[in-house]
Amino acid sequence: MSTQTDNTSNAPSDEPAPKKGATGWVILAFFVIGFGFSMLSGWVGFPNLLYKEVPHPIDFNHDLHMDFVHDGCNSCHYFREDGSFAGSPTLNECRDCHMFVQGDDPNEIKFVEEYVLEDKEVPWNIYAKQPDCVYFSHAPHVRGADMDCATCHGDIGESTSLRPYQENRLTGYSRDIWGWNMSRLGEPKYAPRMKMMDCVHCHVDETDSKGSCFQCHK
Amino acid sequence: MKIDRRCFLSLAGGLVVGHLLSPVPWKMTDDIAIWTQNWPWTPVPEDGPVSWKETVCTLCPGGCGVKVRTIKDRVVKIEGKEDHPVNRGSLCPLGYASIQYLYGPSRVKTPMKRTGERGDGEFEPIGWDEAITEVNRKLAALRENGKSHKAACIAGDDRGTVPYLFKRFLEAYGSPNFIRTPSGRDAHETAAYLAQGKTALNVGFDLENATYILSFGCGLLDGCGAPGYQFAAYSRFGEDHTLVQVESRLSNTAARAGKWLPAKPGTESALALGMASVIIDKGLYDRNFIDNHAFGFEDFTDDNGNMHMGFRSLAAEYRPDKVAEITGLDARQIESVAVEFARSDKPVALCGYYESRITADIDKTLAVHALNALVGNINQAGGMFVFPEPEYDLPAVSKDSIASDATGKPRADLAGSGQYPQSRYLLNLLPERILEAGNDDLPVEALLVLDANPVYTLEDSKKVQEAFEKIPFIVSFSSFMDETAKMADIILPDHHFLEGYRDVPAPDGVGMPVVSLSEPVVDPQYDTRNAGDTIIDIAQEMGGDIGKSFPWDDYGDFLEKALSDRYQDMSSNGYVVNRDRVADVADAFETDSGKYEFHPIRRHTPNNGDTEKLPGYREVGIPGGNLNNGVTLVAYKSPRIASGAVANPPFMTKTIDSKTLKEDKLFIQINPETAGNLNLKQGDKAVIETPAGTATVRIDLFEGIMPGLAAMPAGLGHTAYSRFIAGKGVNVNALLRAVPDPAYGMNTAWGIRAQLKKA
Repeated sequence: MSTQTDNTSNAPSDEPAPKKGATGWVILAFFVIGFGFSMLSGWVGFPNLLYKEVPHPIDFNHDLHMDFVHDGCNSCHYFREDGSFAGSPTLNECRDCHMFVQGDDPNEIKFVEEYVLEDKEVPWNIYAKQPDCVYFSHAPHVRGADMDCATCHGDIGESTSLRPYQENRLTGYSRDIWGWNMSRLGEPKYAPRMKMMDCVHCHVDETDSKGSCFQCHK
Repeated sequence: MKIDRRCFLSLAGGLVVGHLLSPVPWKMTDDIAIWTQNWPWTPVPEDGPVSWKETVCTLCPGGCGVKVRTIKDRVVKIEGKEDHPVNRGSLCPLGYASIQYLYGPSRVKTPMKRTGERGDGEFEPIGWDEAITEVNRKLAALRENGKSHKAACIAGDDRGTVPYLFKRFLEAYGSPNFIRTPSGRDAHETAAYLAQGKTALNVGFDLENATYILSFGCGLLDGCGAPGYQFAAYSRFGEDHTLVQVESRLSNTAARAGKWLPAKPGTESALALGMASVIIDKGLYDRNFIDNHAFGFEDFTDDNGNMHMGFRSLAAEYRPDKVAEITGLDARQIESVAVEFARSDKPVALCGYYESRITADIDKTLAVHALNALVGNINQAGGMFVFPEPEYDLPAVSKDSIASDATGKPRADLAGSGQYPQSRYLLNLLPERILEAGNDDLPVEALLVLDANPVYTLEDSKKVQEAFEKIPFIVSFSSFMDETAKMADIILPDHHFLEGYRDVPAPDGVGMPVVSLSEPVVDPQYDTRNAGDTIIDIAQEMGGDIGKSFPWDDYGDFLEKALSDRYQDMSSNGYVVNRDRVADVADAFETDSGKYEFHPIRRHTPNNGDTEKLPGYREVGIPGGNLNNGVTLVAYKSPRIASGAVANPPFMTKTIDSKTLKEDKLFIQINPETAGNLNLKQGDKAVIETPAGTATVRIDLFEGIMPGLAAMPAGLGHTAYSRFIAGKGVNVNALLRAVPDPAYGMNTAWGIRAQLKKA
């Protein structure tokens, strides 16, 4: 019970109240600066920091090869006898035609001299490589559901040159998995995206079920 | 314009909101999760073409067919082979986990020579040539000193071509001491010899076709015997199939059986005879078999005019009410099971191989064989079979004078001696013999160990260890640094079964004469050699008649010649079943009478007071019998613990529940009533002391075990292999002690008396 306090608060004051700090506009401007910086660095700087462009060991012309093979994609990206998928071809598949340099394309010369003659496998960049915790089998999709390769891999079969490959510095996987658009909105830039929800959406559309966890995460 | 604290707070707010609306936190969360999966120390199998190859597991005598998934050159998965006649797709946990032994740290990667004190486990790697020369130098010196009969070989099995080569080596070298490790086969072989007159056999039970299985304590579903065969047979059980389990503890098998008869341990033979008496009394036995193929069923007079008791009179002494008293079971239940057994379509009674404890109770085995004879199922589908061993058409062993002289020399383990004339192998007696002998009069001076781990698997481990310390020279052929290899002077490591060839004949107790071929699935991972190749090399380097007895380029060459016409079939199918070798009932007997001899009077050599060998019941004086107020320790088999020569790999140890093994602490099961008497509670720390040893354990209260017993799992408490295997629990063998059968010398002790006190 302090009388002194009561006196102070009730005391009359002749001076106007002093201006207290910055105005609302200034505060808002600071907010916008902060917001703008985060947005800019997140949407523009971050992708450049996260991904690095990895050059292809050699360029490859899918379109040209399609003219020479009889069974489309399956000629080189084939199913093994046991039903497992061979993935990218190894030298064993290429050697039949590329034992010697054909033509004067520098990529062809590099391929034959550095890989075929040296008996060294080409370290292809795999756009669709998934982590080990993801089990994926081509057989039920391609053979069972009769899907086209392009449905998941895009029209790479018609390309004359390999499209750019960007590697995630943190995970080591291709940028194609997340998709080139960081927001994952709109149409994918090169080929359909391959994150889990992309599998799920297609499965829901086609089979009315997203399936069980254990189907892919064994 | 004034800038104050609120401006900076606003800036921070803007940064945070902008950050949250940017992809950074969301994408980073996802990427960090993936990044954690790709740490360089996370093992990631190499990718490559997938293939499936087929072979046969040899880690236990079960001989299951397996298919092996390899990615590029690496084995990644093992599964049971669906069309293998033994296991038909089934496989035990050890088979599944055997891949861990291929790559695990317990492998002996190159020939080794001991550098430290024996048993310290200090070795240095040496080359193959040097190692073989060293072995030959020692063996040649022993031979030159006229002590060739003091060399011995302990082997996990005596069937198949690799053990054959070792036997052949000893024969040419001049030693009678090829010794098989004890197993249930000892009793079956003896019983088949006494009653059916056959030697060197495998006795099998056709569980595939049997409709009524009467199991006297067999851990059919507990991983004993040939687990894959039993799992496969059980998985095809229908409503018209019955399994009756006689066992004092509620094992996996007992829990899954149609009927569980918790007889007192050691009284099984009385129960078998009690059932026989019911079957005879009610006239339910197979009259055709008894009239035409049996001898000694009725009382008879021998050539000297002496009267002998027939099986009918013997069984009459075991009336159900008397048996009920002995076994602690209900007389009506004994009667009803006996009647069901005799009336069922294809009944079979079994004991032996599949038991958790390596005992060879001849009395019990004879009584169980007699039950099979009573229902006439010998050499019948769903019954009991006696299979001849595969024969090898090979040149005779070339013997010099030393080898010829050794033929009549007594064996180190007393088998076949005046004391135990009809036994083939008595490894259980050897440690004691070595310990009793003076250093200059040791029965064994050089020992080869093949596919066996006697230092771990024999009872009374401490004594066995001491005995092995006294043996001057030990050579191990083990693929793994097991307890016995650790005691060796030289280790000549064999391949893992996924790396080499080997024939796998007639698995224990399997009701068909199958021989499988184990073939390499991957290249040898280390500098190891097939034991067959090694012994051929040793013999050839020794030269003389020994070398001449091994005229083969290598083991592959020998195998092809030994298996001759069967080799093609085996290498294309992976196995061959010699169905044509299964004789019908008339060919089942090679006794003097040409019949099944219920009273094997002609075969049995009266010995040590055992004048007439009849299937009978006598109480086995288990060690420590004079201990009062204690418990009786028995070992039990768990399907999740490998209890043979090969320890359970860490994958298997992971599957053991925390009421059996918690961290490194082992639990023993006792009945709550026993616990009450001993003032013990669940989880209590206790000390168990037997005449053989002492161990600290934890208490697990279990209603499914008979009061007065304490059950400990077999197969834990290893001290060798690797730090991932050693030091888990207690080795029950270190607490047990064998009691030899008076006439046959094999171990008959099913348990041991023990003091159990709260610690």
